[in-house]
Amino acid sequence: MKQLIVSLSPHAHGNDSVERNMYGVIIALIPALLVSFVYFGIGSIVVCLSSVIACVFFEWFIAKYVMGRQTCSILDGSAALTGLLLGMNLPSNLPIWIVIIGALFAIGVAKMTFGGLGNNIFNPALVGRCVLLVAFPAQMTSWPQPGQLWQYTDAVTGATPLSIMKQAIQTGDAAVLDQLPDAFHLLLGNHSIGGGAGTIGEICGLALLLGLAFMLWRRIITWHIPVSIIATVFLFSTVMHIINPIYADPTTVILSGGLLLGAIFMATDYVTSPMTARGQLVYGVCIGLLTIVIRNWGSYPEGMSFAILIMNAFTPLINNYMKPKRFGEEIKK
Amino acid sequence: MKAIQIIKNGIIKENPTFVLMLGMCPTLATTSSAINGLSMGLATMVVLICTNVVISCLKSITPDKVRIPVFIVVIAAFVTILQMTIRAYLPAIDKALGLFIPLIVVNCIILGRAEAFASKHTPLASLFDGIGIGLGFTLALTLLGMVRELLGAGSLFGYTIISEQYNILLFVLAPGAFITLGYLIALVRKITER
Amino acid sequence: MVLVLTGVAIIMSIVLASVNHITSEPIALQQQKALADGIKAVMQADDICVSRTDTVQQTDDSGKPQLFLVYQNELGAAVESTTNGFGGKLRVLVGFNNQGKILGYTILEHAETPGLGAKVTEWFQSGQKSSIIGLSPAKPLTVSKDGGTIDAITASTITSRAFLLAVNNAYRAYKTMSIDGETAATPQTKDKKE
Repeated sequence: MKQLIVSLSPHAHGNDSVERNMYGVIIALIPALLVSFVYFGIGSIVVCLSSVIACVFFEWFIAKYVMGRQTCSILDGSAALTGLLLGMNLPSNLPIWIVIIGALFAIGVAKMTFGGLGNNIFNPALVGRCVLLVAFPAQMTSWPQPGQLWQYTDAVTGATPLSIMKQAIQTGDAAVLDQLPDAFHLLLGNHSIGGGAGTIGEICGLALLLGLAFMLWRRIITWHIPVSIIATVFLFSTVMHIINPIYADPTTVILSGGLLLGAIFMATDYVTSPMTARGQLVYGVCIGLLTIVIRNWGSYPEGMSFAILIMNAFTPLINNYMKPKRFGEEIKK
Repeated sequence: MKAIQIIKNGIIKENPTFVLMLGMCPTLATTSSAINGLSMGLATMVVLICTNVVISCLKSITPDKVRIPVFIVVIAAFVTILQMTIRAYLPAIDKALGLFIPLIVVNCIILGRAEAFASKHTPLASLFDGIGIGLGFTLALTLLGMVRELLGAGSLFGYTIISEQYNILLFVLAPGAFITLGYLIALVRKITER
Repeated sequence: MVLVLTGVAIIMSIVLASVNHITSEPIALQQQKALADGIKAVMQADDICVSRTDTVQQTDDSGKPQLFLVYQNELGAAVESTTNGFGGKLRVLVGFNNQGKILGYTILEHAETPGLGAKVTEWFQSGQKSSIIGLSPAKPLTVSKDGGTIDAITASTITSRAFLLAVNNAYRAYKTMSIDGETAATPQTKDKKE
């Protein structure tokens, strides 16, 4: 017999819970993960697995021995999800010890220092990635060419679509863009033609869109953030492409780099994104603008992770100004 | 007895970096290595001791209305003397710290101690306060520099300990300074609260 | 009130003036020594004497005028050249022999990222994989990413480009210098010292 619980209202609950949502996102990541195993082989498995294990371990260790908490929070799936997202944001030839340092920064610095799940200002997986990018720029900017299934740290590296775009902008030569894989290949992730290297998770646009469809169907996320980011990027890059053809065409811009991965899985993190639909639209549009600004005129080829982190910092402000109107509240002039 | 107390107060209870959180600009900017942190700390300490003593001597003749201009003139003069001396006799330190030596003028610790301590105490007590606060600042900067140098460049005071391929570059850069400082403050508070 | 402030200011200026008087000579000596050491290092010679110092003004590709200091000596010339690196000014001293081949270089001033662009101080020296020693920038040196033969510093293409540009510019300044020196016509140059 179920125990009788005396509690305040509300008494009717949905079946929403942290576990359900976290594992839902992990399920949504499975297609992209499988595709990455096919393209990057052993390297992607080693990086993702070590990242997940390290994140879960640090979450458990810090909660138990540093913060002295009695309850164990590793089973809610949030640490595993952070680990998976961190792994999918790394190149597949990254040595394990660097992955572990990234996990320590993601969980230790970005999450547990602020008080654990729900208290972090910045997306932990992205903090981990950006710390690694600044700390190990040489290792974090050499991307293995897809299709080398049995090579790990010794895989041959190649150009990413983003580095080709950056080169076109720096040299001012639109012909450089001819090296880019076409949109069809970017969508499917068949990059054997070259110029298609990248992080583990960003390689196949279609798999990421499948994940988006799953999450929308299960109502894990709403459409506002991903759609506003992608629409903004599309509009902005169309304008730039028309003004000057050295900026790549909008479809390629959207399908290349971590844009889809970031828009679907990173920017939609509950803790670090605005709560209201209106706030989410503002947040998404700003991420889209910042991403293109950093990609086109910044010193790094990829701007998605920085854009999301910058907007994470603005999330409390957006929440403050985009409060839903209270029932019966009068509009003051 | 009192002298030791004043010095101890400067190092632990009112440590300028970990407790008062003053002078953050040189703290973050110059601690990319232990040697740089140590030299910046010592340079600040020299200025702090001189200004504390002089301002304490002047306190009876300084009218209240012009005390801040007088402090600034004294501090600026000592910093300029220090800068010229370093440039003339210690060119290596001048190259490493360069811009930050003149910036000691606007270091809050020095003006803060002049206002809060030296203008109310005897020259002797102010001397010990300068030594205490200066030592506290030097210790904090050296500690910060050691952590950053060890993690970021794999060495301590210039001696290589960790091979170059394992260096975490982040710690020599600005974000590493903020992260290290935050965790050091947390650690110091944890220890002193016990 | 005014009296005290004026008095303090006057006393401090007297102190400053005397310190300036004492240190001005060592400071000048230090600067000369640093320059002389730099010239010796880039000319790969222990004993060298600068016969002539010239200031060359040239316009770069974007049409901006640039200043070069050329220290002529018996082996060739050491040229001081400045470009903008990743973090700020990159001031390079390059030594050329009479055939225009690079004898050596040293970085006089830089603000590059430690661990990345800051490697420029060793990266192109002799014995390294991408050494520029012995090469002649008659055909401008470029990094392999731009179709050249020099390997850029890992993850620091911008610094590498800036450095090679400084070297190429220095070479051009040296070339115009030596031609002008032979014909004794110096339309673009003016003697500065000696």
